[in-house]
Amino acid sequence: MEKLFQAANTSGSISGPPSAREYFNDRLFRSIALTSAFLIIVLVAYILWEIGREAMPAIGEYGLGFVTGTTWNVSKGEFGVLPEIWGTLYSSLLALLIGGVFGIAIAIFLTQDFINHRLATVFRTVIEMLAAIPSVVFGLWGIYVLIPLLKPGAEWLHDSLGWFPLFGTNLSGPGMAPAALVLAIMILPTVAAISVDAFRRIPYKVKEAAYGMGTTRWEAILKVMLPTASSGVLAALVLGFGRALGETMALAMLIGNANQISLSLFSPANTLASLLASNFPEAGRIEVQALMYAALVLLAITFLVNVAGLAVQQYTIRKFEGKK
Amino acid sequence: MSQLDLTSQALDIRPRPRLQYQALEPRALKSGFLTGLTWLAALLAAVPLFSVIYMLLIQGGTRLFGADIAEVLTGLPPAGFEMGGGIGPAIVGTLIMVGIASAISIPLGILAAIYLGVLDSTSKIAKTARFLAKVLTGFPSILAGVFVYAVIVIRFGYSATAGGVALAVLMLPTVVLAAEEAMSQVPQRMKDAAYGMGCTRTQVIWKVVLPTGLPGILTGVMLAIAGASGESAPLLFTALFSNYYISELAEPTASLSILIYNFSGMPFQNQIELAWTASLVLVLIVLVFNILARILGRPKV
Amino acid sequence: MHKASVLKTALAAGFVSVFALSSTAHADDVKLNGSGASFPFPIYSKWFKDFSKANDGIRVDYQSKGSGAGIQDLINHTVDFAASDAAMKDKEMAQVEEGVVLLPMTAGEVVIIYNLEGVDELKLPRAVYPEIFSGKITKWNDPKIAEANPGVDLPDETITVVTRSDSSGTSFVFTGHMSNIDEAFKESVGQGKAPNWPSASNFVAAPKNDGVTAQVQQNQGSIGYVEYGYAKLTGWKQVAMLENKSGKFIAPGPESGAAALASAQFPEGTLPNSDVPNLIAWVWDPAGEDAYPIATFTWMLFYKDQDDDKAAALRKMVAYGIEEGQKIADSMGYIPLPENVREMVLETAEYIQ
Repeated sequence: MEKLFQAANTSGSISGPPSAREYFNDRLFRSIALTSAFLIIVLVAYILWEIGREAMPAIGEYGLGFVTGTTWNVSKGEFGVLPEIWGTLYSSLLALLIGGVFGIAIAIFLTQDFINHRLATVFRTVIEMLAAIPSVVFGLWGIYVLIPLLKPGAEWLHDSLGWFPLFGTNLSGPGMAPAALVLAIMILPTVAAISVDAFRRIPYKVKEAAYGMGTTRWEAILKVMLPTASSGVLAALVLGFGRALGETMALAMLIGNANQISLSLFSPANTLASLLASNFPEAGRIEVQALMYAALVLLAITFLVNVAGLAVQQYTIRKFEGKK
Repeated sequence: MSQLDLTSQALDIRPRPRLQYQALEPRALKSGFLTGLTWLAALLAAVPLFSVIYMLLIQGGTRLFGADIAEVLTGLPPAGFEMGGGIGPAIVGTLIMVGIASAISIPLGILAAIYLGVLDSTSKIAKTARFLAKVLTGFPSILAGVFVYAVIVIRFGYSATAGGVALAVLMLPTVVLAAEEAMSQVPQRMKDAAYGMGCTRTQVIWKVVLPTGLPGILTGVMLAIAGASGESAPLLFTALFSNYYISELAEPTASLSILIYNFSGMPFQNQIELAWTASLVLVLIVLVFNILARILGRPKV
Repeated sequence: MHKASVLKTALAAGFVSVFALSSTAHADDVKLNGSGASFPFPIYSKWFKDFSKANDGIRVDYQSKGSGAGIQDLINHTVDFAASDAAMKDKEMAQVEEGVVLLPMTAGEVVIIYNLEGVDELKLPRAVYPEIFSGKITKWNDPKIAEANPGVDLPDETITVVTRSDSSGTSFVFTGHMSNIDEAFKESVGQGKAPNWPSASNFVAAPKNDGVTAQVQQNQGSIGYVEYGYAKLTGWKQVAMLENKSGKFIAPGPESGAAALASAQFPEGTLPNSDVPNLIAWVWDPAGEDAYPIATFTWMLFYKDQDDDKAAALRKMVAYGIEEGQKIADSMGYIPLPENVREMVLETAEYIQ
C-alpha cells in the first residue's frame, strides 16, 4: 500500500501535493489576478482624478454658477451648462417615456405566453439586433429617414396646436423630437432585457395562483405580475435612463446643438455629451477646463442614476432569491 | 349542472357565478384590447429595425454589391467633391483599434474576473471592483474619450493606440462581468474534485474553471468586441481620422464609425452613399461578432 | 486542458497580430498630418491627394475640423501643420515656442445660402442680413426682406438660421464683416470663431461647412453661411446676392471675389517676436464697386522649426499649392492668389526649417 503511494507520487500520477514550482506559480498567478482586479479600481479612480484635476481650475473659477449659467461663450470666458443639463434630462426623460412603455410591453409580450416559444425567439432576436446597431448608424438613419418622416406631422401639430408649449416651435430639421425618438429606440433593448429578467424571476406558481382565481390574462399581468416585478422593472427603467443620459453620437447628429432651454419637442437643443463631442476637439486651454467640468457634471449625473438602478436591481434579485 | 342537485337549493340564495369564459364581458374586452395593444407595440418596435436594415441594403447595398465592390472596399475616401472612392482605410482602422482594445481588455478582464469569480469573490477588493465594473458599463462612452485625451493625446498626439485604449476602457467591464458570470456557473463539485487531487488554485483555474467556463467567457468577449466595433464617441478625439491606410500605430487612424459621422453631414451625394455603405459594412462586422457570440456560447453537449 | 490551450493560443495570436502590425511601418516615408479649417477643405484635399500621388515617399493627410481645432492642434503639437481662415491671434502664436509661419494659400468668399422653394434670386441689403443672423428678423416675409425683393413670393415661414456648432474661421470672417457694417450686431453677437449667437428657437448649429451646407439643403426655410465652393460644388443655386459698400447687389463669383481682395493690403513688418514676414491681411468691407462684400484669404500655419525632412516636405507642399494648386482654384469655387502674393508666400516659405 505504502509502496504504491510513493510510486504514484514520483511517477507524476494524477493526484499529489503541489511541488515547490507549482506552489510558486500559484502564488504568482494569484497575485497577477489580484493586480488585475485592483486595476479596475485604479482605472476608475484614475479617470475621476484625471477629469477632476483638469476640471479643477474651472471649478474654482465658475463654481456652482457653471451649473446654473446659460451661456457658453468662449471669447468672453463665460461658461454655463444649464441648457445642456436640461437637454440631457429632457431628451432622456422623453426617451424613457417612449422606450419604457414599449420596452415593458415587449417584456410582457415575451414572457406572458402571448406567443409560442419559437416566435418569442424571433422577437428576442429582433430586439437584440436593435441593440447591436451602432449609434452612428441610428444617427444617419435619423437624418435621412426619421426627420423627413416627422416633418409633416410636426408642421401640422405646430400649426394647429402651436399654443401648447410642447409644440411651440416648428421642426426645422434636427431637434428634440427626432433625437428623443432615436434615443427611445436605443434604450428599448436595455429596458426590455432587464424587464424580461424581472418577469422571469417570478415563480410560476404566482401566475398559476392568479389564473386559478379566475383572472383574465391582463388582470393577472396588471394586478399580480407587474406589481411583483415592479422593482425589477424600475431597475430596467433607471438603467435605461442612465444609458440615455450618456448617449452621444446619435444625439450630436440629430439634436441641433442649440444652446437653449425650450419645452418644445421640435426646437433644437443640446446635451452634455454632444457638447463634449462638438466642442472638445477644438477647445483651447480655458475651454478644455470648462469642458472637463461639464464632463464631471455628466459623470456625476450618470453615476448617481446608474448606482440607483443597480441598487434597485440588486434589491429585486435579493427579494426573490432570498425568499425562495 | 343538474337541476336535481341537492345542494342547489341552499346556494340559490346567492347568485351563482358564471364561470365559463365570456368574450363580451367588459373585463374580457379589456383584456383583448390590451392584448391587441401589446401586439401593436411589439410590431411597432420592430419597425425601426426593419427600416434601418432596408435603408442599409438599399442605400448601402447597391454601392457595396455593385460593380465597383473592390474599389469600395479598398479605395481611399474621396475628397470633398470627388466621385468614387472607398472605405478601405476605415475598415482596416476599425479592425486594428478593436484589436488593440481586445489585446488590452481581454487578458486583463479575464484575469480580474478570475479574481472576482474564483479566487476571492467576497473580499473588499472584489466587491469594490465588481461594483465599479458595473458602474463602468453605464459609463458614457464619450467620457472614455475625454479621459484618454487628457492622458494620452495631449502628450503623444492622435493615434490608433489612443483610440484602442479608449475602446479598451469600454470593453473591460463587459469582459469582466461576463467572464465572472461564466466562471461562477462552474459547479463547485468539479472544483472540489480537482482540489481533492492536490491541485493548486491556479491549476484548478487553468484546467477546470477556464475550460468549463470558456463558452460563456467567449460570448462575453465577442459581445464586447461587437460593442467596441460600433463605438464612435471615444474615437472622435483620440484616433481622429485619416484618409490613408494606417502604417504605424502612432498616427491618426480612420474608423468606420467616424467616417459615417463625417460623411453623414456632407452635402455631397457620393459621400452620403459611402456613409450608408460604411454603415452596412459596420453592421455586418458587428453582426458577425454577435453571431459568433451565440455560436460559441452554446453549451457543447 | 485542451480548451485552455486554445484560449492561450487565441490570446497569444491576438498579441502577435497587433505587434506585427506596428513593425510593418515604413520608416522612410515622410508623413505630414494637418488639421483645421473646413473652408478650404475641398481644394486642400484635392491638392494633398494629387501632391501625395506625385511625390513618392511624402503623404499628406488633412483633417477638416474647423479653424479653431487646427490652431489648437498646432499649439498642442498634435499635427505637423494646421489651417485657419482666422489666421492666428498674437496670443495663440505666443503659445508655440518654436515660432510659427503663416502663409495665405488660397482665398474664398463666404456666401449666404438659403432654401426656399421657387425663390431663385434673393437680394439681401446690408441692413438686413446682420439682423437675420442676430435673430431680429425671423420671418421670410418680413417687410425689410420683401422691400428689397419686389415681385418675389416670400412665404410666411420662420427663418431657420444655421450657424456653426464648432469653432470656425468661416464664422470669424462672416461675423467680422457684419460687426464692421452693423453696430448692433457687433454689440449682440460680436466677432469670433465661436460668436455669441442668440439663444433662439430658430437657430440651429451644424458642424463645419459641410454640415451647414447639408443642413440648409435638407431643410426648407433655412439660411446659412458657407464658403462659395460648397455652394458651387454641390450645384446649389440658391445663393443670396449681398449689397456691398457702394450699394450694389453682387453675386459671389471669381470676378467679384478677386475685386474684393484687390483692396487687401499686407502689413509691412513681421509677426510679433519673430523675423517671419507678416502675411495677415483682412478685407472686412471692400470698397470696390463690383466687389463681393465678404471675402478672405485662408492660411496654413507651420512651425518655424522642425525636423529637416518634414520641413523640406512642407516647403515642397507649399510650392505645389502655390504653383499647381492655384490653377484649379477657380474651378472649385476659390479665388486664385494674385501674382505678387504668390511670390511673397514662396519667399516666406523659406522660414519653414
